[in-house]
Amino acid sequence: MNAHNNEDRIQNLLRQSLPPLEIDPEPNRDLWPAVLRHLDTQSTEQPRSKWLWFDCALAAGLAVVILSIPASIPMLLYYL
Amino acid sequence: MSNGSSSVLVGESNPLDRFRQGDLDAFESLFRLHQRHVYGWILRIVRNPATAEDLTVETFWRIYQAHARFQTNRAFEPWARRIATRAALDWLRTRRPESELTEEAMASQNTPSTDPGITAEIRIKTAQAFARLPPRLRVAAILAVVEQQPHKEVAEALGISVTAAKLRVFRALRLLRKDLERQGITP
Repeated sequence: MNAHNNEDRIQNLLRQSLPPLEIDPEPNRDLWPAVLRHLDTQSTEQPRSKWLWFDCALAAGLAVVILSIPASIPMLLYYL
Repeated sequence: MSNGSSSVLVGESNPLDRFRQGDLDAFESLFRLHQRHVYGWILRIVRNPATAEDLTVETFWRIYQAHARFQTNRAFEPWARRIATRAALDWLRTRRPESELTEEAMASQNTPSTDPGITAEIRIKTAQAFARLPPRLRVAAILAVVEQQPHKEVAEALGISVTAAKLRVFRALRLLRKDLERQGITP
């Protein structure tokens, strides 16, 4: 019972601190042109290279580990 | 852009089928039909109109990218809500704790509390403590507790079970309580 009251109180406090929004808000502008621009931008962009960089960094890290601790090779092979 | 891709499409089938095949006109119809709901859902999570607009654009971009994975025998709106929730969560994860809710909390202090025991200072501290919670707990709590959305809907939007959604809300409230107690506030 007490735990239930505690939960009600914290929920009430949260609702007082962050009041619920109006029922049915709508955007201030037409977002369709922005969606089209986003689609165009993404389709003309070069393929993202962040994974390439990540792959290189991972490979470099592995090389450092292997060169500095050769005994780690069996463990790495086990996990890879 | 619109004319180019719609030519690929089958004429008389329903918009969901055509959307699934990548028809931009069908996508626009779905956008017009659901943008308000998606925007409102995102706004409930991020609580900032400009950010909610940007994330609505991002959500519909993601929706279009995923058009081939859409199952036409299922409803569009819950699927869109799930993608919107993920976009909002991704955004929350890139933010520093306390940076997004504090402004709103400050603004809300002008509206008087219905409970005289809850001062403006307590409300600010509560909002700040809430902003420090992990985003996935925060989203569950804000939707279920603040916006009072049904747990089933919250769970679907988060892609988890109803039990898991309830657990997230429970954990969010427990962490919030602990944080407030550390500051000498006993809810």
